[in-house]
Parts: sequence; C-alpha cells; structure tokens
Amino acid sequence: MTPDAPPSGAPAESLYGPRSYRVWGDDALAGQFLEVSMGPHHPSTHGVFRMDVVLDGETVVRLKPVFGYLHRNHEKLAEGMSWLGSMPYTDRLDYLCSMTNNWAYALAVEKLAGLGVPERAEYIRVIVGELTRLVNHICLAGFLLADLGALGTPLLYAFREREKILDVFEEISGARMMCNYMRFGGVRADLSPEVLQKIARIVDRFPAFLDEFERLVSGNEILLSRCQGVGVLPRDLAVNAGVTGPMLRASGVDYDLRKVDRYGIYDRFEFRVPLGEHGDVYDRYMLRILEMRESISILRQALAQMPEKGEILHPQAKLRNFRPKPGEAYGRIEGPKGELGFYLISDGGVCPYRYRVRPPSFINLTVLEDMCLGQKVADVIVIFGSVDIVLGEADR
Amino acid sequence: MFGLGLIKGLAVTARNLIGSYFDRERMTTVCYPEEIRPPIENFRNFPFLVYDERPDDLRCVACKICEKECPPQCIFIIQRRDDQGRPVKQPEVFDIDLSVCMSCAICVEVCPFDAIKMDHKFDYPSDNRFRGLLADKMQLARSNAYYHSIRPTEAAEVDARLAAETAKKAKPAPLPAKPNASAAPSA
Repeated sequence: MTPDAPPSGAPAESLYGPRSYRVWGDDALAGQFLEVSMGPHHPSTHGVFRMDVVLDGETVVRLKPVFGYLHRNHEKLAEGMSWLGSMPYTDRLDYLCSMTNNWAYALAVEKLAGLGVPERAEYIRVIVGELTRLVNHICLAGFLLADLGALGTPLLYAFREREKILDVFEEISGARMMCNYMRFGGVRADLSPEVLQKIARIVDRFPAFLDEFERLVSGNEILLSRCQGVGVLPRDLAVNAGVTGPMLRASGVDYDLRKVDRYGIYDRFEFRVPLGEHGDVYDRYMLRILEMRESISILRQALAQMPEKGEILHPQAKLRNFRPKPGEAYGRIEGPKGELGFYLISDGGVCPYRYRVRPPSFINLTVLEDMCLGQKVADVIVIFGSVDIVLGEADR
Repeated sequence: MFGLGLIKGLAVTARNLIGSYFDRERMTTVCYPEEIRPPIENFRNFPFLVYDERPDDLRCVACKICEKECPPQCIFIIQRRDDQGRPVKQPEVFDIDLSVCMSCAICVEVCPFDAIKMDHKFDYPSDNRFRGLLADKMQLARSNAYYHSIRPTEAAEVDARLAAETAKKAKPAPLPAKPNASAAPSA
C-alpha cells in the first residue's frame, strides 16, 4: 500500500495534477484501485469541499482532503481594514454561528486593548452564544441524519426550531444569520423585555422538542447500525492532532474551554460537560444532543441571574478611530464546533498588523483520513458529516 | 424488539403531521407570495438616506465618515460646492453599490447626524447587474415619515435626540467663546 513509482505504462500524473499518493503496487491488486472525487459540492450545507478517495472495492484506502474552494482572503482583507470593519466579515466565517464568531473576535480585541465588558453585556453574550450553540448542534443533527439517508424529516424539524431562535436574533440584531452584534467592550443593542420573554419561551419548549427529536431517530435501528463503531477517533490521536470541541469530548477527553478557560462569566454557571466513550459517529451525535441540554440549563441560569438594567457597552469603547496599543493577543472561546481563536497583533494603527483565525473546522478536518481508513465508502459522508464543519471557516 | 425504534419514530412523524393542522408551533410556514409575514421592526437590509422636508435637502452633510468606515467600500460621496467653489454641507453625489453592500449597518452606527438608516425593502430586481444595482442619491432618499412607518420606536428616539440637540444649539451659551458659536457644528 505504499506509494511506489508507477509501473511502466501507467500515467505518472492524473488529470488533476501530480499524484505522489496514488496507490500503485506490484501485487495482484495493482491497477484495481479506484480513485473517486467525493464531497459536498453545494455551498449551502457544509460548504464546497473535495475528498480524493482511493477505494479498494468499497473500502477506503486513501483519503486526501482538498481545501480552498471557499477561500475569501479573510485574514489578509482584515489587515487592510479598521478593527471594527472586520466584525461583519467574522459573521461569514462559520455562517451558522455568527454570534460566537463575533464573540471570539471581540474577546481578542478586548484583551489587546484592555477593555472590560459591562455585567449585562456579559450575560447577553452568554445568552446569544448558547442560543447559537443550540442552532449549530440542531443543524448538525439534522444534516448528519440527512447524510445518513433520513432525507428531510429530522432536518426540517430541526430547522423549524432553529427558525424560532433566528427570529430572536433578527429581533435583537437585525439579521437572522449575519448578526454583526458584538462590539469591542459590549454588544450593539440591548435585549428588550419582550425579547427576553421570547427567549424564555424557547428555552422552556426546547427540551420537549429534544425529547421528540430523540424519539424520532436516536433509537432507530438503522441509525444505530450505521453510526455505532463507525469512524472511531482514538483519544490519543484526537489530542495529538489538536482536535477540539465536541469531536474531542466524544473521544473521552474532558476539555471544554468554558470550564478550562472560564472566559466571560462562565464560572458563574453550573453545567456538566458530556463525554463520549467510544469516539464513534454515534457518540459525536449523542454528545451534541446532551450538550444542547446543558446549554438549556446555562440559558435558564443566565436568564435568571441577568441584571435588570445596566450598561451594554463599556464607556471607553469607541467605534471610530479605535487604536489598541501595540501588542499581541490571542482570544479564544468554546465555539459550537471547537476552539475558535483569533490571534491579533497591533502596531497601534487603525488596522490590525496581523490577523489570524484558529478555525476549529479546519483543524478537526485534519483527522478525517485517519477516521475513514478501512471504512466503507458510504460511511465516508457520515463521518465527514459528524465532524461538523463549515467550509467558510475552514477555507476563510 | 428489533424495529421498535423505527415505529416510535414514525409515531412522532404522524403526530407532527396531524398536529400541524391544529398547532401553530408545528405549522410555521406561510404561502409566501399570497401571504407575507410582516418584517420584524429591527430587520435591516440596505441603507437609505433620510430627509426631513424635501428630497434634495438630505440630513446628510457629506462628512464621508460612512464612506471611510464601510467595510466593503460600497459608498461613494462627492461633496457639493456652491458657485464660488466653497463646500456646502450636502452631497453632490451619494452612490451605494447594492451589489457590494452587505447590510452590516456599520454606516448607520458611525453616522453622527442620523442621516443614513437601514431599510426593510429587500427586493431590488433589475435587468442590469451593473448600473441597475447602483443606487444614486435620489433613489436612496426617503422621508422621515417613511422612517417612522418602518421603525417607529427607533425613529421616535432619533427625533427626540435631534430635537434636544437643536434646542441646545438654539439656547444662547452662558459664556459665548465665539460670537457665532451657535452656528458652529457641535464637535
């Protein structure tokens, strides 16, 4: 199975360019491998992505991820733009959870500039951040089941609930998905009592929906046989590859930045960190369902503890001519997909000197080949779906 | 029993199907062109320019702050000059390229004169993808009454703030540093 020099007569390069990893051998199977281009090719779900899969019959022998179809030059653009100007672009990184993207960027800039965040704004951030986690995880569950062949039904039920949360986002920020809501030192708009009531209503109803969703599919025999024992990610590999988020916790590593880093005000909330045991697709799916239940509990506490009135923006925060003092900062949060970090260097000017995103989608994808080797080709899409990526973030 | 999970799942589907006839929570879609959901007041899509009395007398003073701050650089402003070539506080040209605008509302946030606001209109069909989506000053101008009609809460706040500023300017300053301090813009 080692990539040798191609036998005489075989083309040295395939249609897509030089192929050092193409499987050639001297045994009887030589020439029997099939190279297939797979991947989601529609930009609405995960994004545009290509996997070069080498198959031996139906078994995956090699897998090479090909990135870059959704590259938008995000990091370089940000270096020529004001600090605030990059905020709407961070919405478009992981377009399912713009609120947490905003939060990570705002956190990094606040570290850089030494800005504090008022009490009420911190609670608002936790509330919208956890709502975003609900949106992301319920979408992931829906998409994963659609990838598994449960076309439509679970995805549409998931979207129905997601839409209620997006309506709240629209009411507070003006846009459903591209919220552009956080500001350095706070948030842009306050939550009115009506919006808080709506959120409380969503929080009250969501567990019932989750129960129904679990009745719908979690015990389904087809789901169990397609997911259990498929795409196992060993604990050591997950740690060594820098995998974060639900992927890492499904492999049994207790690492949640909300507990480890305690950024914002997460030290005030009681919540548990669900852990997986086997690290297979089913663990990753169930872990997200359990995380949603914990998010509901955080939301309940945040709504109860939130101060009635108060500032939502630090008095020293300013929109225009914002110039943090020279230095560097790394701000990270536990995004729904994993550790989302922003590394920023300021030279005291109006735009960042260096702007770098640590995208969880991209780094979690690096272990894709290890999870897929030896699996059947039909499982590749399922394993890929369970990684939970958005290519807008992986390619930037 | 093998298959029990499948049957349970089908029961949920049936419950949702029947429930959608009775429960608004389960039936959330509308038949779009016939029935249109009213937009949420805070919904933002594409900026417009506010005028108080006449469309050619905009609140905008052509200070070009929004042009500078706009992340995708979709705003283009030229200040008006009078016969002697002195700058006038009005834009001669104010273009927004709607094909570039991403409705982030940063122009609204940075505008110190409450002259640019976000609209609710989202359909701008055109058969020309270059000129057809380049909105000029007259296309962007909307009355304050229109602003009130789409965003009553926010518009009332803005009106109160502007009235307070005008009242402050009209009041003679207790210790006038300059003879015509009232005419100078508040910095």
